[in-house]
Amino acid sequence: MIELIYQDLCSGCGKCVEVCPTNTLRLDTQAKPQIVDQQACQTCFMCELYCASDALYVDPDCERVRQPDPDAIRDAGLLGQYRRDSGWDEWAADPRHSNQHWRMDGIFALARGLADATPIPTKAQ
Amino acid sequence: MTITSAHAASQPTLDLVTDVLVIGGGLAGTWAAVAAAREGARVVLVDKGYCGTSGVTATAGPGHWWVPPQPGAREAAIDKRLASAHGLANARWMARIIDTTWTSLPTLAGYYDFPKNEQGVTQYRGLRGPEYLRGMRRLVQDSGVTILDHSPALELLRNDQGEVAGARGWRRQAGRTWQVRAGAVVLASGGCAFLSRLLGCHTNTGDGYLMAAEAGAELSGMEFSSYYCIAAADSSMTRSMIYSFGEYFDAAEKPLNIPQGPDFTDALAKALLNGPVYCRLNRVPAQIRAQLPSIQPNLMLPFDRRGIDPYRDRFAVTLHAEGTIRGVGGLRVIDDTCQTTVPGVFAAGDAASRESIAGATSGGGAQNSAWALSSGQWAGRGAARLARQKPDHSTSLDGFSGAGLQSRPALAKSRPDELIQRIQAEVHPLEKNLFRSGNQIGRSLQALDNVWDEVREGLQVDEHNPLRAREIAAMAATARWCYSAAQQRKESRGMHQRSDAPEQNPLFDAHLRIAGVDQPWTRHDPINPLPQGHAQ
Repeated sequence: MIELIYQDLCSGCGKCVEVCPTNTLRLDTQAKPQIVDQQACQTCFMCELYCASDALYVDPDCERVRQPDPDAIRDAGLLGQYRRDSGWDEWAADPRHSNQHWRMDGIFALARGLADATPIPTKAQ
Repeated sequence: MTITSAHAASQPTLDLVTDVLVIGGGLAGTWAAVAAAREGARVVLVDKGYCGTSGVTATAGPGHWWVPPQPGAREAAIDKRLASAHGLANARWMARIIDTTWTSLPTLAGYYDFPKNEQGVTQYRGLRGPEYLRGMRRLVQDSGVTILDHSPALELLRNDQGEVAGARGWRRQAGRTWQVRAGAVVLASGGCAFLSRLLGCHTNTGDGYLMAAEAGAELSGMEFSSYYCIAAADSSMTRSMIYSFGEYFDAAEKPLNIPQGPDFTDALAKALLNGPVYCRLNRVPAQIRAQLPSIQPNLMLPFDRRGIDPYRDRFAVTLHAEGTIRGVGGLRVIDDTCQTTVPGVFAAGDAASRESIAGATSGGGAQNSAWALSSGQWAGRGAARLARQKPDHSTSLDGFSGAGLQSRPALAKSRPDELIQRIQAEVHPLEKNLFRSGNQIGRSLQALDNVWDEVREGLQVDEHNPLRAREIAAMAATARWCYSAAQQRKESRGMHQRSDAPEQNPLFDAHLRIAGVDQPWTRHDPINPLPQGHAQ
């Protein structure tokens, strides 16, 4: 679920409020986003992807609130991971983050080949 | 929570007039809007959330059924799918979506940056969800379509002739209502997973099914609604590709036989009913590990943020219910323009039944994406052409007095979240929905009928969020249709597996139609006995 908004990083652009499909966030009177309905969050990470300031953190636990430590998350370098790996915005020209999605077919084929070549541990039910 | 008897009735309403109203801005809805605009129609698209992130495509990475027009290739692809459709699919519809998909995707150049492989060949088949829907939003806007984000539809509207002539809904960030008068309506509101943890599914609560059924529409194939997808426990990351490399263990670290292939879900489900199941991905080759963040950028988020190395550590896995999302059922379409049994109401994507291409089995991501893209365009074009014949949008409009629209708090016995839990308790558990039996279906229907009675008699409608009451009504209705159809199909076919009727039975070589909101009724339509050729 959405857990953290780093107000020092936030530019106040309001994009996260706009793109959240489940209306979890709202801008306050200072035009900064606040989490107003945490239980409505579907843990889809779209707000992070669209946040050019990397000011949001979604914990991957979709069942319960975890209240992660904001400093530990920031120090671990976890902010902005999804946007960077997607090659958005300033990462668009970086060849390390080019869109390799098309490789999925080959990976499926490789997995099938491995499965065919690997003896299964017990007889099929 | 403040309760009123007529929510926000005094607030000003946004009142628009258009030719085509598209309800839902996911994959099918955006293609529908583009196709309707291409016909010269005025188009309004409303989305419950944000057109570009809403729905199950935006969070995923859809491949498409992608078969070149080479001699024999499409016929072979169709024959392969017919063989797994258990008699309920149709070669002509498959040929249509293969062709529409093949010609449509390249037209997105300029809106999606199609990569090239090492040989320099442009890769059209698979697209990343967020970039795909971001591009579709731009294309919709460039087509002159009016987009209303955060504007869920609550009900269809009819004119004084009784014809569907628009819809009304809620602008949830403005706290106001909207009304759109339209010559035709496309329902692209998605399927229904009953608010499971399937990635991106919380906008998809069956609202379109309910709205259309209130207007008299039939649904079809609702019994094929028992698809499940693997994810790391407590996570929403239902990206299944990597799990094809998985090794699976029980709590005592004993290896489990969960073979890849069509029996994977059943084997995993049986193991999960015996206790926790753990997975390890150590068979993923090193080169792929390095590429994965650039292939599926969201895949590693749950692992990295929990400090799990999935290639070394064992981690718990679960199955999330998909309902009619990667299940099959939905609104019955009766012609090539995807019109429903209600004139002027069209259905596309997961809102429509996919039996004509998938039969009794899930089409999987590729077939389903091709369906959304194709049915969306056919519905949008059909709606535009129909709307052109209907010049008058000026009469007064009325709704259908559906459930969950009027607040009757004095009669409300249960809190909204309790009602949702009672619906989920019947449709999510593996032992009830994946492994079905006639007795259990009967018990679930009884429980769901009780939920429906409460929904019908008295529901708390929150004036600040009238959507939630309608979502509950839609989920309760959808669950009843799923199990009512499952009860009537007294056999096992495709994903619908009943322990009390374990064989496929030729008596059920038929489509099961279902309609009616308060008292659902079903009808068997035998499949066409005439042989279906290719591309008729």
